[in-house]
Amino acid sequence: MGELAVEKHAQYILSVEKRKDDFESLVMEHLRLNGAYWGLTTLDIMHKLGSVNSDEVVTWILSCQDKESGGFGGNVGHDPHVLYTLSAVQVLALLDRLDAVDVDKVSDYVAGLQKEDGSFAGDIWGEIDTRFSYVAICCLSLLHRLNKINVEKAVDYIVSCKNLDGGFGSIPGGESHAGQIFCCVGALAITGSLHHVDRDLLGWWLCERQCKDGGLNGRPEKLTDVCYSWWVLSSLIMIDRVHWIDKNKLSKFILNCQDIEKGGISDRPDNAVDVFHTYFGVAGLSLMEYPGLKPIDPAYALPADVVNRIFFQK
Amino acid sequence: MHGRPRKATKQEDPAAAAAKSARLRELQSQLLHFHHNRIYTKEAVSVSSKLLEINPEIYTGWNYRKLAFQHNLKEVSDTDTDTDTETIKSAIEDELRMVEVALRRNPKSYGAWYHRKWILGQKLVPANFDHEFRLLDMLLKADARNFHGWNYRRFIARLKDVSEEEELKYTMDMINTNFSNYSAWHNRSMLLSKLLRKKAKGFHEEESILSDEFELVRQALFTDPSDQSGWFYHLWLLDQTSTPHKPHLVSSWPSDKLNIEISAQFKEKCERFPIIFCFNQQVDGVNLATVTINSKLVSSEHITWKPLSANNSRKSKIWVGFLENFNKYCDNSEGLSVEISVHCCESIVHLKFVMKLSHMDHQGENGDGFEELFLWDCPKSQEINPYLVSYDPWRLRVESVEEDTKWHLDTLSAEIALFKEMSECDEDSKFVKLTLARLLGAHNSIKSGGSAYFEEILKLYDDLIKLDAPHYRYYRDERSLVLLDQMTSSKDSLVEYCSRCENSSFSCINPQLCINFSGLNLTRIGFVERLLWVQILDLSHNNLTSILGLEALQLLVCLNLSHNQIMSFTALEPIKSLQSLKVLDLSFNEIGSHPVDTTRYLCSSPLSHTCNVTETMEELARENIKIGDFWEAILLFESLQLAQLDMQGNPVTNERFRVLVGKVIPCLKWLDGKPVR
Repeated sequence: MGELAVEKHAQYILSVEKRKDDFESLVMEHLRLNGAYWGLTTLDIMHKLGSVNSDEVVTWILSCQDKESGGFGGNVGHDPHVLYTLSAVQVLALLDRLDAVDVDKVSDYVAGLQKEDGSFAGDIWGEIDTRFSYVAICCLSLLHRLNKINVEKAVDYIVSCKNLDGGFGSIPGGESHAGQIFCCVGALAITGSLHHVDRDLLGWWLCERQCKDGGLNGRPEKLTDVCYSWWVLSSLIMIDRVHWIDKNKLSKFILNCQDIEKGGISDRPDNAVDVFHTYFGVAGLSLMEYPGLKPIDPAYALPADVVNRIFFQK
Repeated sequence: MHGRPRKATKQEDPAAAAAKSARLRELQSQLLHFHHNRIYTKEAVSVSSKLLEINPEIYTGWNYRKLAFQHNLKEVSDTDTDTDTETIKSAIEDELRMVEVALRRNPKSYGAWYHRKWILGQKLVPANFDHEFRLLDMLLKADARNFHGWNYRRFIARLKDVSEEEELKYTMDMINTNFSNYSAWHNRSMLLSKLLRKKAKGFHEEESILSDEFELVRQALFTDPSDQSGWFYHLWLLDQTSTPHKPHLVSSWPSDKLNIEISAQFKEKCERFPIIFCFNQQVDGVNLATVTINSKLVSSEHITWKPLSANNSRKSKIWVGFLENFNKYCDNSEGLSVEISVHCCESIVHLKFVMKLSHMDHQGENGDGFEELFLWDCPKSQEINPYLVSYDPWRLRVESVEEDTKWHLDTLSAEIALFKEMSECDEDSKFVKLTLARLLGAHNSIKSGGSAYFEEILKLYDDLIKLDAPHYRYYRDERSLVLLDQMTSSKDSLVEYCSRCENSSFSCINPQLCINFSGLNLTRIGFVERLLWVQILDLSHNNLTSILGLEALQLLVCLNLSHNQIMSFTALEPIKSLQSLKVLDLSFNEIGSHPVDTTRYLCSSPLSHTCNVTETMEELARENIKIGDFWEAILLFESLQLAQLDMQGNPVTNERFRVLVGKVIPCLKWLDGKPVR
């Protein structure tokens, strides 16, 4: 089995941070804050976070905040949205700089997006999706402000998106998809509500995502993709069914998706790399206890020592 | 981000690439400028069109268009009322066209789909449903699995008030076009279960509907057995056929007609006497109103009923209530007779048991017990009368008719016959074997006294372990459950694993039997409803990673989990509720060798908001112990009153850990075989 090219990936991530003007970077400009989270968390898992200037990062993150609403946009000048607000809070947690924000202002923004039925909108325009339920719950939990929402209703809404195959969709009736499943299981985990999950039924559906090439797909009859190494794997870990897949084969698949010359990991072997898949590949290896990597928490998607710090150090 | 080759097939001309980037950069900065300055002129809006056509993912662009739409409509209604509808219609058309342009670029763009929903959801003018359904047909033909399309279809169907029956027909059309359409099967299952639940017209006869569906999925499985969609749908049908709709009580402790002998020490030391109920599914509503007690000295008010679950769940399969201060009640030499009626399910269950003081004297009556080390060497030599096993499946006196199972058993038998045929034709299909194993298991579970298929099922799982090696641990888990089912299926089979325990010095309920399930390759626990009476349990030398189910064994005093694969303290959450547990052997497991904890969210902890940092933890923090490193152990041990603990052979066990244990379990007498202090 090949090895994880830690140095190359670290260099790749740092280079992406500097590249802003080519077409690929421009097309992703609106989610640069997500990119910061993916890149920095990967660096931390590989014990390379020291090569980053925390102050610069914090300053830039704060410049993405919409002063009026308290929410964060994907980049400077972009509208606030709960997706980027979570990334901002996650990066600040990573750098142990949660003191840099007005916690109540940010949490009021997030809590204000909850609807009557317990669901969450992504922003003021009202798109509803269980992804936003996860993002809101994760964000508020990291800020110790979960009490600002109606947790019971939030859980009820997520449960209403549970399907007959044990999985979860984006809205009630939506087809089960590994990404949505991660969001719903993660939200239920953080709120102590995993008893709503049929762990044997869902566990089997999830373990059947492993295909002949060792990789995981996101739902039946679809192609394997490195990003599912996170969505499927973390879900399996949270419900204690990860032993139902072959970790060796999955590790091999992820390592085969590396670009060991230029650094970075792609969705499939020999495809173009990006920060998104680099993060998910490394995070997946961390979940499988690949030697030399920091363990990552499957629900908060942050290194376990960061999560411990947040919850056990007063 | 997805599906682009690493080496570009065609080298792009650098000048052209730079021009492309510059154009995009310019459009983006223009858009932000117009947006921040609230400029909604035609020219400004057309910039957003060009931008979203190139990159439909720029969500701020869609936000801008919504604001422009609202702004321009407001302007119109402020000026001219006659051409209102036309202007509104035209504005809507513009937006819908923008969405279609974006969807051509990326049929999975969240921003594009939501924009369309947002526009039509305002119902400013009646929607052109023909157009919407045509658009959907086109998109779903190009990609039948596009869940954005299916979600949007649901939205439009609701907007138009299309009936569920009609949408069911659509799923049939999609399935007929191509059996390999998980999305269509999924929708079909959702619609069907809604219609069956509502008992809509034409959907009263659940059994005939399910029979038709079995027929339908059979066609799919025969046409293309390698496609997974049919197999998942079949599993759903199987669940519908084999899962009882109504909850009922499966077992209890004490069981009906039981004569309980308690030692004088038990009567003296234990203030609470547990009564355990085990249901076939998660229930709530077990309380003073639904459980009545009839006894000379005990009444219903003396009991609080609690669901046994890891966290805040109000529902559970296992419920426990404690007779408080029961020792006051059984001084009478006749013994205390107790009658219980359980009304919380549709059928009412009556139990009657008698508690008596044992005449046998036990050693060590004056101490707390455990002055001597408890050794796990209960001899198996003598024969034990099966009568001593306090589990009898026929004992529950049930009032009322049980669910009629004829159609279910017939259907399962027919499916079993079919799949046996299939497995002869296709030796290598894992789905055929797995489905057959599940069918046989379902048949066993429904048929009262069913034990016909155990050996067959075990063999199927052995085959699957070889056939589908990457998933072998799934099959091992299923196999463990079948084995436990077989071992505990009757008193006669269970008695094979019992031995008398002679060396106990603890307070107990007679008879003291040790259940020895060691060395059986078990990977998980099951069928605990048959083991509610167990006080001494040996599960050593297995492959257990989980002990879920043990929380039901409320009488457990001694538990041996040595030589297993327990990976963390959080995996031991189930024993936190075992208040009688005194002896715990955890030696030679894997606690401390796994940085990733797979049961972290299945236990009570601050991470999942199911408990706060406890007083013990705060005290330890004040003594400069890093609770972040040991919170799992602290939360586990502070809730137990162990007298004897074995931890050697786990990487976590070091001097720091031993010191911690001493602080957290003050009543501990024995650690790793040596006396404490």
